[in-house]
Amino acid sequence: MFYREAGQFRTSYAQDSQIFPLRQDRIGMVILLIAAALLPFVANAYWLTAILIPWLVLSLVALGQNILMGYAGQLSLGSAGFMAVGAFACYNLILRIDGIPFVVAVALSGVCAALVGIVFGLPSLRIRGLYLAVATLASQFFIVWALDKFPWFKNYDPAGVITAQPIIMFGHNFASPREKYWVVLAIVVVLTLLAKNMARGSVGRGWMAVRDMDVAAEVMGLSLLRTKLQAFAISSFYCGVGGALFAFAYLQTVEPSAFAIDLSFRILFMVIIGGLGTIMGSFLGAGFILLMPIFLNIFFHSVFGKSVDATITSALEQVIFGAIIIVFLIFEPLGFARLWQLTKERLRLWPFSH
Amino acid sequence: MMIDTILRRAMPGIAALAAGFALATASSVALAQQEQPEQYFGIPSSRVGPYSAMGTGYYGGIIDYLNYVNMKFGGVNGVKLTYDECETEYNAARTVECYQRLLNKGDQKMVVFDTLGTPGAYAVIGRMAPDNVVLAQYGYGRTDAADGRVWPWVFNAAGHYWGQIAVKMNFMAQKEGGIDKMKGKTIVHLHIDTAYGREPLPAMREIAKEWGVKLIEIAIPPPGLEQQSQWLQIRKEKADWVTFWGAGSGMNSTAITTAARVGFPRERMVYVTFGGAEEDMIPAGDAAKGTYVAANAAPGKFPLIQDIEKVVYAAGKGNMQNPQRVGTVYYNRGVGAAVMWVEALKNAQRIHNKAGKTVTGAEFRDGYEALDINDNKLKELGILGMSAPFKMSCAKHDGSERFRMMQWDGTKFVLLTDWVAAPNPAFIRKLIEDSAAKYAAENNITPRQCS
Amino acid sequence: MVDFWFFIEVLVGGLLSGTMYSLVALGFVLIYKASSVFNFAQGAMVFFAVLTFVGFMELGLPFWAALPVAVGVMVLVGMATERFVLRPLVSQSEDTLLMATIGLAFVIEGVAQLAWGVDVRRLDLGIRDEPINWVMDTTGMLISQLDITAALVAGIMVVALALLFSYTKVGRGLRAVADDHAAALSIGIPLKHIWMLVWATAGIVALVAGMLWGARSGVQFALVWVALKALPVLIIGGFTSIPGVIIAGLIVGAAEKVLEVYIGPFFGGGIEGWAPYMLAVFFLLIRPEGLFGEKIIRRV
Repeated sequence: MFYREAGQFRTSYAQDSQIFPLRQDRIGMVILLIAAALLPFVANAYWLTAILIPWLVLSLVALGQNILMGYAGQLSLGSAGFMAVGAFACYNLILRIDGIPFVVAVALSGVCAALVGIVFGLPSLRIRGLYLAVATLASQFFIVWALDKFPWFKNYDPAGVITAQPIIMFGHNFASPREKYWVVLAIVVVLTLLAKNMARGSVGRGWMAVRDMDVAAEVMGLSLLRTKLQAFAISSFYCGVGGALFAFAYLQTVEPSAFAIDLSFRILFMVIIGGLGTIMGSFLGAGFILLMPIFLNIFFHSVFGKSVDATITSALEQVIFGAIIIVFLIFEPLGFARLWQLTKERLRLWPFSH
Repeated sequence: MMIDTILRRAMPGIAALAAGFALATASSVALAQQEQPEQYFGIPSSRVGPYSAMGTGYYGGIIDYLNYVNMKFGGVNGVKLTYDECETEYNAARTVECYQRLLNKGDQKMVVFDTLGTPGAYAVIGRMAPDNVVLAQYGYGRTDAADGRVWPWVFNAAGHYWGQIAVKMNFMAQKEGGIDKMKGKTIVHLHIDTAYGREPLPAMREIAKEWGVKLIEIAIPPPGLEQQSQWLQIRKEKADWVTFWGAGSGMNSTAITTAARVGFPRERMVYVTFGGAEEDMIPAGDAAKGTYVAANAAPGKFPLIQDIEKVVYAAGKGNMQNPQRVGTVYYNRGVGAAVMWVEALKNAQRIHNKAGKTVTGAEFRDGYEALDINDNKLKELGILGMSAPFKMSCAKHDGSERFRMMQWDGTKFVLLTDWVAAPNPAFIRKLIEDSAAKYAAENNITPRQCS
Repeated sequence: MVDFWFFIEVLVGGLLSGTMYSLVALGFVLIYKASSVFNFAQGAMVFFAVLTFVGFMELGLPFWAALPVAVGVMVLVGMATERFVLRPLVSQSEDTLLMATIGLAFVIEGVAQLAWGVDVRRLDLGIRDEPINWVMDTTGMLISQLDITAALVAGIMVVALALLFSYTKVGRGLRAVADDHAAALSIGIPLKHIWMLVWATAGIVALVAGMLWGARSGVQFALVWVALKALPVLIIGGFTSIPGVIIAGLIVGAAEKVLEVYIGPFFGGGIEGWAPYMLAVFFLLIRPEGLFGEKIIRRV
């Protein structure tokens, strides 16, 4: 619609396998990234700390969940548990290793979460579908219990709820919301790129083969053990990194109750409403699930103000939230990503209809 | 192509919705020209979910008192009190979002934040100092914030858990006939398996050691609707007393009914302030009769509560959906908390010569720190007996450290004692200072000097 | 010797609480058996059902009038769910349906709080929850009237529903619909009616479960989480087996309590939260479709 796709030829394999084959798409993405980087200069503290940072962090976690559920087809309800592992690992690494740069700590905590993910992913070799989902709940409950129960994880803090350390890298303390935002943005961009490439490559194809028809995949020579555990590991890595960022850049406290089962459910929502098996879907879904309750709260308070009892508005918000989810699933079960795809298709043809 | 049609038709709707969203957000933070100065308070209420009974009572009390001050006195020295609510569902992440959303209104910042719970308090505690907001923990939250040198912006005005457990153990000793009679007895600390449940343990262990009491710690994993195994253990251990430290009405009332099922006398159970309210006792029915509860805000129709009914509810502006809840434990606790806010505001206006004007966070903090509520003041306010008298200072950010013991008689709470202090306040203070010092060291904070 | 009796006591207590879990799990199984939908909203339905019952009693209806009214409301809820949530989603994937029921859970929870408020309520069924004296005197065990009532009710319901599914025409229709609803439709089984019946029955089961749980723990929001306790029961018993629900319930209840009392103290307690799930995973590794579930046959 806005630009001509004609005349752009790909003359080498490298060009053919680009993520953004069209020049205009590439330019668009660069502009988007620059806009995202410059956003803190126009956004106020509320938007940064309460909307953008959690959106980015939760998108990352949704990405992890999408890898496991969307690409590899393993139904999992334990994402919040792996986030908790990441958060506590990061806290302990920064605590016990002096001078470790934040990014390194985050990466290592992702690795810790990945290891835990492999352990709890072992049942997936034998259990499938809904049963696996309930089995992953075991990991969720166990991890949160273990992190809460053994005081070593919290460095024997008498209060039991620990404050996250400041983000220190290269001698600089990333304390202001702006700086936190940039750190989070950088990590999320890099990991998203990684995920996109994994999904497009042989790794992702292996996952999708296992998702679609795992017996056939095994017959073809794909090792189910390796593929499934790899999916669990990588997904947990993303969840772990997301959890570390969630605790350090957003909540600024590391406590197990923040990673309870309702967070797992929210992430599940994000993935399904965003679009299962898409990278874009993780971002869109995270935005929707994060913003909808806030929007409803603001909407009701500005419309009804003090005239209606706040308890009623709060209950109404819950009802509407659930109803919107149901309506969404009825009208577009493939999620926002599909809506976006359809929009793009229409825009390509506009003003023509076909 | 149903999706197509829907998409086509929905696009304008979606656009309108997005515009509406933008408008709503913008308007909620828009500048408003005020004729009369208004002091703004942000209220992070939790009106739905598992803690809704607690949240509606507590925040309802706060809102009623703010409206009462406006209606009866025209505000504080002519400054009207306004507030905005934000639903947190008692969830740490939502509390952070609400904190950020409520922080600014127009050109004013909120001056005090009360999360009614430890998870929320911890989530925002690090933002208080940079944002200049007072965290007024009313009997919950970070106990070592009582050391005001390390935590200038955090207060614990209505007692904290270490003081509470000391008072309760003393009460038990009293019932047994003296501390020396406690030697060899068994106390079970039945608690929710979270940080909040384990909070009193450091103090409890010390006291138990000193008195020669056998302390057994039994945890209940949330939600705690099934406590059979815990209570069978209690019966096996032949406990003499059980201190119950739960959260959420399901757990609290289930403990009582399960105790009844295993035949453990309710007169040997002592509940925590956050576990023992009418909402916890009523579902357990007759089984709850005899349970002891500690209170930092006594229930009942004190003169102030009656006046609120007369002024606010008669005009139809009461916040409680069920007016029968006025005067219950959580309601009075909320009123007590709001009384402190207003008194702190009065102090702030007085100290900084800003009578009739709005105050900033730093000024409010000074006002809160200068709170000196003695018995006369309590009588004047109409809450003598509802809240304990106390005085705060630069180094001492915990209030009175006194609690009243009450007992459930089947339909209401009967207050048994007057305000009882912990027997060994110096010991508790030492624990607090040690903990605060450890925190300061770990986080490179220099405690401020208090003259 | 004392320890042995204590073990028996713990075991019996566990078995009895297991029957309470079975009651909740029964609702899940009903719906799954007849429509292959995992109804995550069952916990919310339990809460809403008993809240409605207590709410009507508070409005003045006596016990025996409030009961059919609450049943009627649950039937309506079931019908509305089938009509507005399930029918539009009839051919979607399992995940989508699961998500829809989670959304439904939010809606039901919110409506419950809207309609009846957030106060905690007491439910007095007239059944005492204190130890029956003669049992205590003869065996030393603490069993209350409520325990026995719950066990009896659970047993009766399981038997009734199992008979319904196996030996009646309606039951066969239900099983046919679950197997392949297109085929069932093609031989003339009224799909809509069948589904409405199933959801209505699940609603009634939810009401019964809610009444018993509410009598024990009070009628409040936390009842929603009872469903989480029922999930291990479902796994061990198999999602499609009604007799399996009772047996699995007993296993889960007993194991949970015994593990908590004997193994728990080594960890400082609190293992009840995850022990049943770990147990379920262990069972699944041996039998991936649960003890009594239908064997999953996958074709390539």
